[in-house]
Amino acid sequence: MSDSVEKTKEPKEPLFSKKNKKLITDPLLDNNPITVQVLGICSALAITVQVEQGIVMGLSVAFVLMAGNVIISMLRNLIPSRIRIIVQLVVVASLVIIVDQLLAAFMPDISEKLSVFVGLIITNCIIMGRFEAFAMANKPWPSLIDAVGNSIGYAWILVLVAVFRELLGSGTLMGYQIFGSAIPGEEWGLYTMGYVNNNMMILPPMALIIVGVIIWVQRSKNKELIEGH
Amino acid sequence: MAVNKDSNGYTFAFAITLVVVVGTLLAGIAIWTKPFQDKNDEVKKKMNILKAMLPQEEADEISRKNAAEEFEKYINLEDAVVIDIDGVIKDTLAFDIDIKKQYRDKKLEDADRDFPLFVAKTKDGKTAYIIPVVGNGLWGPIWGNICLDEDMRTIRGATFDHKGETPGLGAEIKQAFFVNGWLNETITDENGDIVKFEVVKDKSGAKKETKVDGITGGTITSKGVEEMVNRCLKPYIAYFKSLKN
Repeated sequence: MSDSVEKTKEPKEPLFSKKNKKLITDPLLDNNPITVQVLGICSALAITVQVEQGIVMGLSVAFVLMAGNVIISMLRNLIPSRIRIIVQLVVVASLVIIVDQLLAAFMPDISEKLSVFVGLIITNCIIMGRFEAFAMANKPWPSLIDAVGNSIGYAWILVLVAVFRELLGSGTLMGYQIFGSAIPGEEWGLYTMGYVNNNMMILPPMALIIVGVIIWVQRSKNKELIEGH
Repeated sequence: MAVNKDSNGYTFAFAITLVVVVGTLLAGIAIWTKPFQDKNDEVKKKMNILKAMLPQEEADEISRKNAAEEFEKYINLEDAVVIDIDGVIKDTLAFDIDIKKQYRDKKLEDADRDFPLFVAKTKDGKTAYIIPVVGNGLWGPIWGNICLDEDMRTIRGATFDHKGETPGLGAEIKQAFFVNGWLNETITDENGDIVKFEVVKDKSGAKKETKVDGITGGTITSKGVEEMVNRCLKPYIAYFKSLKN
């Protein structure tokens, strides 16, 4: 955080050097913000009932994380280390509010869809986590790439969890009926054979269990992720 | 740079600069976007009133673009009234009343609360009455419009909306499957007294009168709708009675 930590001038590296590519690919699996760092769980369980919500949340976080990471990275040499967390918080909160206000004024329909996410974005620990762990010590370009990688890593887990929950909990995907209709008197598809939706799936605890299963699968494939004793 | 970034002076200076910059920026954006947001809110209000009144297919056609125009076709704001809690007319400027604001204001005396009522003419020449309602969900305010038929008791249409209910759970109150549960219910019994609606979990809502199916996983929001409808409809019953006599 202070000048002494800063690396000596390196020769100009290409925009997508090996190191930068790793910034994108790492968070997808081996250093995934949800399944490995276990961050952003609160939003993961709150909005994964429907796939559409998962995608919207993924995009919103991506936008705020990219803009925030770049801003923090540009300010990194100016921010006093004693108040850096609060400065990071101010940046996230302002960004989210600005976007929220602009959407409400000029794209009211999108704004209505996003309204519930506003609070969830500000409190998303992934955003603060990336500011603190990466943007505070790196230049704007790598910070942007890091934000892209982490947002994708976050979004795909969100969507995966949502696929399970929406399909098994409501029998739909993106709102389209996959298993038929369960409306009394108008049943068709699987429901005529006595199939019922698993109502447990739409309650928050099931999101944690699904995330748990994903973590289990991931760690059984990659033993390096298992913490030593 | 020769500045000591760990010094108190620098930290204070940075914090103050940050607050001033961010504060000015946010305040500026809020002032700049306010007129646009107000306009959007007004259009949205018209949309919600219209959607409660129109049949499903026509309601789906209503968008922000045509809302103001369509609103004029069906609803004459000069017919609208504002009544008090006892059902007596006290004003006519119904559209300007912000019932959400009044609902939030816990100090406001019940006698001072306003209850707007919009009157619409449907395509087939019938009169329809639209009652705006407001209440509390799980995380924040919920609101809506209930549209009654010419008989002043059968629910012809409804819309519900919310500020921050959980997507997929409480937020489903705005979906057709929940709203449709309210249609064709009657708000008064044979004697003209108000009925008490109940949101139920046992899926008996479709068959029984005054019962409406709730939303799985959205119990508190569903119950919020129940409380909202029961409380908000009350003052209008007396007004409708006085109209009939």
